[in-house]
Amino acid sequence: MVPLFWRKIKYRYDVVGSYCEKCGSYYYPKRELCPKCRRKGKLRDERFPDEGRVLSYTIVNGKIIAMIGLNNGARTLAEVCAEKVEIGTRVKKVFRRYGEDGDEGIIYYGTKFVPVC
Amino acid sequence: MIGIVSYGTYIPRFRIKVEEIARIWGENPEAIKNSLGVFEKSVPDLDEDTATMAVEAGREALQRSNIPPEKIGAIFVGSESHPYAVKPTATIVGEALGVGNYYYCADLEFACKAGTAGMQFCYAMVRSGMIEYGMSIGSDTAQSKPGDALEYTAGAGACAIIIGKDPIAEIEATVSYTSDTPDFWRRDLQPYPSHGGRFTGAPAYFRHVVSAAKKLMEICGYSEKDFDYAVFHQPNAKFPQRVAGILGFGEEKIADGMLVRAIGNTYSAASLLGLAGILDVAKPDQRILLVSFGSGAGSDAFAIRVTEKILSYPRNTKVWEKVKNRVYLDYALYLKHKRMIK
Ligand SMILES: [Zn+2]
Repeated sequence: MVPLFWRKIKYRYDVVGSYCEKCGSYYYPKRELCPKCRRKGKLRDERFPDEGRVLSYTIVNGKIIAMIGLNNGARTLAEVCAEKVEIGTRVKKVFRRYGEDGDEGIIYYGTKFVPVC
Repeated sequence: MIGIVSYGTYIPRFRIKVEEIARIWGENPEAIKNSLGVFEKSVPDLDEDTATMAVEAGREALQRSNIPPEKIGAIFVGSESHPYAVKPTATIVGEALGVGNYYYCADLEFACKAGTAGMQFCYAMVRSGMIEYGMSIGSDTAQSKPGDALEYTAGAGACAIIIGKDPIAEIEATVSYTSDTPDFWRRDLQPYPSHGGRFTGAPAYFRHVVSAAKKLMEICGYSEKDFDYAVFHQPNAKFPQRVAGILGFGEEKIADGMLVRAIGNTYSAASLLGLAGILDVAKPDQRILLVSFGSGAGSDAFAIRVTEKILSYPRNTKVWEKVKNRVYLDYALYLKHKRMIK
């Protein structure tokens, strides 16, 4: 669990995803291969915009999990820290705890979203 | 000219009122508000801690300055509530800010003054040419035992300061006053701090703050008249008011920095958030006295002169505006937020 998380830190701590230089598509989470261009695509890491809008959402265990359309068109599934959201709510990224491995294990951090007020 | 080139602040959205805590313990809220000068305090969200607040403050400081993250050559995080006992908070912050891997980095701990100690390190490193920019962050989610007097004031918040050349506020001079004074402490593996009760006043806070401030003025050849603003560490509202009186500063010179009334004591962030409250409104050529205090004990004093550059620096959202964005918790939810019940 620790090495797996460590490899993903760069992509979780900030909204770093993939940009295909060939077709101009954005992907988050990061991809190894552009689904449109396949082998002909050329992907590179890019830091995505801080803001986006809620496209849809659901409540899981009292938490709001939303599909967020970032301002560059990329979509990401993430928790929104709020009492409520609506479709179209403007949100921005925040750095939060994801969880921890009990009292002795490591603490997992990553990106969530909050409504822009 | 070396000084503050940018700053960023973070205050969690949640609050609990003195009335609500007093209700649980059967105490008189008006008497407590009168004696502390604090009306409510900030409380972190369930998934917030010292590291997450430090990142938010650091991001705002970077954003406002337009400094590329990789130019930050040092990161220091001062706190007494680092999430890990062993494993630095500052590496988490550096990674989240995207500063790369070649940077000086350490967590600092000196009760409530570790954030200003980090500013002194950054100042010295910039001045010596070791780094171009350094970031010092004070961040705390202060812990207090339920029922202890500290419960009314132990708040949460963070403030990041970037030090470099061509500043919005020049650091003209800085000096520290330090002694071995056991006014407040927390032993290893203990969840809550202990304190010396009344002992925290005269021999601790007042002696250190006054001595550091007076030494700074002596070095610079300044008197209180040379300062337009003053900000002191604020464990409650009464201590900084009294120390301002001792040093000859009127209420009008400290008012903009008195965040403690609305968010409580944010420990390592307290004097820096107060400084941010003043920088938010200060004009070129105005001079600010900043004096922190950390139990154990020590004070760092700074003479800070605002420059013309502040006019083109983006200061929104101002820290007093952030204070207004709030959601009130009852005591049960408060305990949940502080992870005292799961
Ligand atoms: Zn493609």
